[in-house]
Amino acid sequence: MSTRLIIIENINQVAEEQEKALAPLTDDLVLLESGLDSLCFAILVSRLEDDLGVDPFTASDEIVFPVTLGDFVSLYEAARIDAAA
Amino acid sequence: MRPPELRSLREALTREARPGGPDGSRMLHGLAQSVALPDLLDLSCLNGDVAGQRVLLVTGDQFLAGLALIAVDGLAEAVVLCPPDLAPEHLPAIAARAGATCLLTDRPRSALPGLDGLPLIDCAWPPVPAAREPEFERATEWLLLTSGTTGVPKLVRHDLAGLTGAIRPRPEGEPAPVWATFYDIRRYGGLQIFLRGVLGGGSLVLSGGCEPVSDHLARLGRHGVTHVSGTPSHWRRVLMSPARGLIDPGTIRLSGEIADQAVLDGLRETYPRAAIGHAYASTEAGVGFEVTDGLEGFPKAFVGRPGAVEMRVVDGSLRIRSRRTASGYVGSDELALADAEGFVDTGDMVEERTVDGATRYHFVGRRGGIINVGGLKVHPEEIEAVINRHARVRMSLVEARRNPITGAVVQASVVLDEAADLPAPDEIRREILAACRAELSPHKVPALLKIVPRLDVTAAGKLARRPA
Repeated sequence: MSTRLIIIENINQVAEEQEKALAPLTDDLVLLESGLDSLCFAILVSRLEDDLGVDPFTASDEIVFPVTLGDFVSLYEAARIDAAA
Repeated sequence: MRPPELRSLREALTREARPGGPDGSRMLHGLAQSVALPDLLDLSCLNGDVAGQRVLLVTGDQFLAGLALIAVDGLAEAVVLCPPDLAPEHLPAIAARAGATCLLTDRPRSALPGLDGLPLIDCAWPPVPAAREPEFERATEWLLLTSGTTGVPKLVRHDLAGLTGAIRPRPEGEPAPVWATFYDIRRYGGLQIFLRGVLGGGSLVLSGGCEPVSDHLARLGRHGVTHVSGTPSHWRRVLMSPARGLIDPGTIRLSGEIADQAVLDGLRETYPRAAIGHAYASTEAGVGFEVTDGLEGFPKAFVGRPGAVEMRVVDGSLRIRSRRTASGYVGSDELALADAEGFVDTGDMVEERTVDGATRYHFVGRRGGIINVGGLKVHPEEIEAVINRHARVRMSLVEARRNPITGAVVQASVVLDEAADLPAPDEIRREILAACRAELSPHKVPALLKIVPRLDVTAAGKLARRPA
């Protein structure tokens, strides 16, 4: 499964568990307006670390905090490439 | 600035409020309301007399709590600052422990069950012109609630002198600061900023409950905030907001959680002109120290040096002695807050690390495995108890998992009994998590739950808990 699909699946799962209404998951969606709160993001990042094997927030030397869903997916895609290299 | 013998908030406002002076523009801003701080000397939002009372302050609105604190300090014998997330069922026990004699609230009595014996004083906006109260009759006890306990929170006693001990005078000629905090002012971290706002010669912008991050940042930007404080979790949300450019603070403070290098670096990149510091403070130990070199942890040399705040590391945990520590727990005399030498054991575990030849202490978690999820403390045992109620669970271990968003999340490992019959583990996982969601606050529900074949047990027969 692609990084993007795994992320989307996890986002849907967390939103359902936390009973959050999600905005449509487009690339330009601002994460803070997605319907997920801090705790949801925390859970998401921990689960993605298990599913994708990377935590780009901790691994990278240059920390870029993602603003949109597109940024978020790119961050993980880049981290997976780095980890595989 | 702060005169040497500051006795009450209103006394401080009186000294500053000179007709036509430069202080007329000092404001306290709430979400929807604003008031000039010096005007509060001749206004009242209370409909009763608090002199000599032990006041239980329970407001839904943070702005009203701020007005009430200014009104009661120096008159009341004590004020109990109930934070907004306090479970109402704890209120009667807290009232009894504090010896409360009145209830100061913006809520109807029906919303506060079990407090019928306490006379009620309303706290309401807008305030009305009132005869000026005496500036000082007695040193009011400030009673704060701890957040790191299961059941009824402990009450910690402070006084104004101790609470303001870390506030330094504004350097000569520096423009009046505009303070803001993402904290609630009824918690120690937020209270520090409230007191700086009231006493520090500037203005203060309070946070607004459920206000979206972008609206909050826009409001802070409109008021021209210069000094902003919050937990690392608060700041990570700011860094993830497209509205982060709407503020341009000169001073940024982080406290309440471990500040990691990522959030410090993110802030430095986003706010290049800001002086960024992370402070160590706790409800019990008061303001400990501040680190301003942009690196996580704190220099080893802080420990053992003489000064207003003395630090020790004993068995891996940080101990602090200073005038700013609380004077004791209230209503539970058997609990000693400090050791025989006056050091408060913070329960925060530190570890020595040497990077590039410089030795620093890094915070590694709480003793006893208490998990700090975005500033909210979680006892693993409370969650394990819920998990263990599932018929198929033999034992469980709940621990912290480091997390870049909230500092930590809750992770559970569960051993199932060996009954060979169904249901399958996946179904059991779902049932356990459903039980947790039904009984626990969201931050306590395990973010990750693993079924494991066994858990280690110590020689004493206890679950082997790794240091958090």
